Amino acid sequence: MTEIALQVVGLVRKVQGVISHTLVDGIDLSVEKGEFLAITGPSGSGKSSLLYLLGLLDAPTEGEVIICGQATSKLSEIERADVRLTKCGFVFQFHFLLPEFTALENVLLPMRAAGRMSAKEMNERAMMLLTSLGLGEQTGKRPNQLSGGQRQRVALARALANRPEIIVADEPTGNLDTASTEQVFGILRDIADGGQTVVVVTHDAALAARADRRIHIVDGKIHETTFGGNRKAEVAAATHTA
Amino acid sequence: MTTNLLLSIAWTHVTTRVRQTLVGMFGVAMGVGFTIMMAGLMQGSQIDFLRQLVDTMPHVTVDDERRSVPNQPADQEYAAVAMSNVANVNRRPGIRYPDAIMASLRSWLPGEVAPSVKTSAIVDHGGGRVGVTLMGIDPRLEVGVSKLATQMIEGQLTDLSKAANGIIIGQALAEKLAIKNGNTVLLGGGEGTQISATVVGIFHSGLKRVDEGQIYSLIGLAQTLMGQNGIINQLRVRLTDPLVAQKVATQVEAQTGYKSVSWQEANSDLLSTFATRDFIVLTVMGAMLLTSSFATYNIISTITHEKRHDIAIMKSLGMREYSVRRIFIIESAIMGSVGILFGWILGYLLCYAWSQITIFNPLTGATVPLQIYYSPMHYIASGAISILCCAVAAFFPARKATRVHPVEIIRGAS
Repeated sequence: MTEIALQVVGLVRKVQGVISHTLVDGIDLSVEKGEFLAITGPSGSGKSSLLYLLGLLDAPTEGEVIICGQATSKLSEIERADVRLTKCGFVFQFHFLLPEFTALENVLLPMRAAGRMSAKEMNERAMMLLTSLGLGEQTGKRPNQLSGGQRQRVALARALANRPEIIVADEPTGNLDTASTEQVFGILRDIADGGQTVVVVTHDAALAARADRRIHIVDGKIHETTFGGNRKAEVAAATHTA
Repeated sequence: MTTNLLLSIAWTHVTTRVRQTLVGMFGVAMGVGFTIMMAGLMQGSQIDFLRQLVDTMPHVTVDDERRSVPNQPADQEYAAVAMSNVANVNRRPGIRYPDAIMASLRSWLPGEVAPSVKTSAIVDHGGGRVGVTLMGIDPRLEVGVSKLATQMIEGQLTDLSKAANGIIIGQALAEKLAIKNGNTVLLGGGEGTQISATVVGIFHSGLKRVDEGQIYSLIGLAQTLMGQNGIINQLRVRLTDPLVAQKVATQVEAQTGYKSVSWQEANSDLLSTFATRDFIVLTVMGAMLLTSSFATYNIISTITHEKRHDIAIMKSLGMREYSVRRIFIIESAIMGSVGILFGWILGYLLCYAWSQITIFNPLTGATVPLQIYYSPMHYIASGAISILCCAVAAFFPARKATRVHPVEIIRGAS
């Protein structure tokens, strides 16, 4: 029996304005622990909006997001921030590293905000993460001294810092060249294989095809679900036995 | 735990934006510096003025008057009788037993007491006639209660006893009536008495009212001119600490029954204008500090605008809104604190520079430096108000910036 890391029920996100419209329109979804989920869809389809809801960056108009068994719709803004800090790791298309801080300090940031480790432990973990992502030599450099791919890997290390259950990535390879894209995607794959759940929004169909599951969003609804990678075999086996 | 993090982020922001930080600090420093200078200057001039005022007049004056008219014997006997314009039977000019009173006052007063006879006279010289106040004094005791001895520009106080009917007149009067030291003038008294007097000295007090309208003689001459032999109608007290004058005056009045007026009471109109002046100065200083904090407001607004990506990412990572807000308030506090330090130095230097400026003082007839009052209170108060202004100035832009939903920024950036 696989463990459910992330579950959404009847998720709706509407925007009230001069023209009201629905970004996410009734999505039900379960993501297993260690699963690599790719969300694809055309521009304006609501894929990023769905991702922000999954990562508790945004609050749904209706429905429920359950992270590791914890319902989040009734949480206060502060409680949602705490869940983000400890259970979710974010990677965005733009790296969003703090420009005045070194790579190491940027990775330390979420750990220091959480304040659950000693300074020594935090330093060791940050060094370990950066080294494992091939940035052992770059820890003292500031974002403007790093290449695009390196920055994105620092952002990944930062997302992983607090050992989150779920990594939420919004077009993490959108600004990268092919080699860096390959590298970042490989890292995300490894993270999922290591047992953490990865949810990625991408418009790159080739990359999405390498995820365990791909959901295609159109007009805020799940239009199509495709299984791939490890899950393909599992699903096939399950269908076969049935 | 996270305070360290906030501090280090704030410190990094401040130290990596040197120009902005310096502008913010400069604004605060200017506000604090000029406030300190203003306060020192205003209080200095006020204290200087008061000191001169206190120097030129007795601290407590006891007159042969009562605060209120005593009850008439007829009033006490016949309550229903209405009377008006009844001569006060108790009213006799002069202070009774002045020597006994002075001896008694000397026993407890922290200062000196001297008797005098105050009357009005007309000085007649060369066809000119000027009405003046004649003060009959005891030269030996006068030294203890007034600065007259030091204000003499010709002759000495003791010369009063050297000539028959000697008088000392003010410089302004001397010029007005073309009187020279040693001249003889005619003094006319209230009772029609006329005495020929010799000018033995000329003084300059700096107060035109006194220089032109007050002359001094021995007690005997004033008594003769008044037609009241042996009378003493004023006691003048000079205290070692002028600030206790009010208390002493009340005590003297309670003891003697005679109207005792402290210098504060005599100048209450002047002192009340000081209160107005103080209020104006405080308003101006408050406005200066407030204006200087607008520099901080501007800079924090700019920083929060430039840092909106950082704010978004910190919030999305799970840092609480108020923690992020605190970063910018800490930045403002850092700028404010350092600005205040520089402001203190600037304020001190400005005070010093201003104290080098000299202006002509008509009171002493000399060119004297501007009086600056140095008080730690000026530094503490300007610093406290300034840091408060900075915190408030930072709070609003920081609140506005950190309220923005991170999704809005992240969407805008990608």
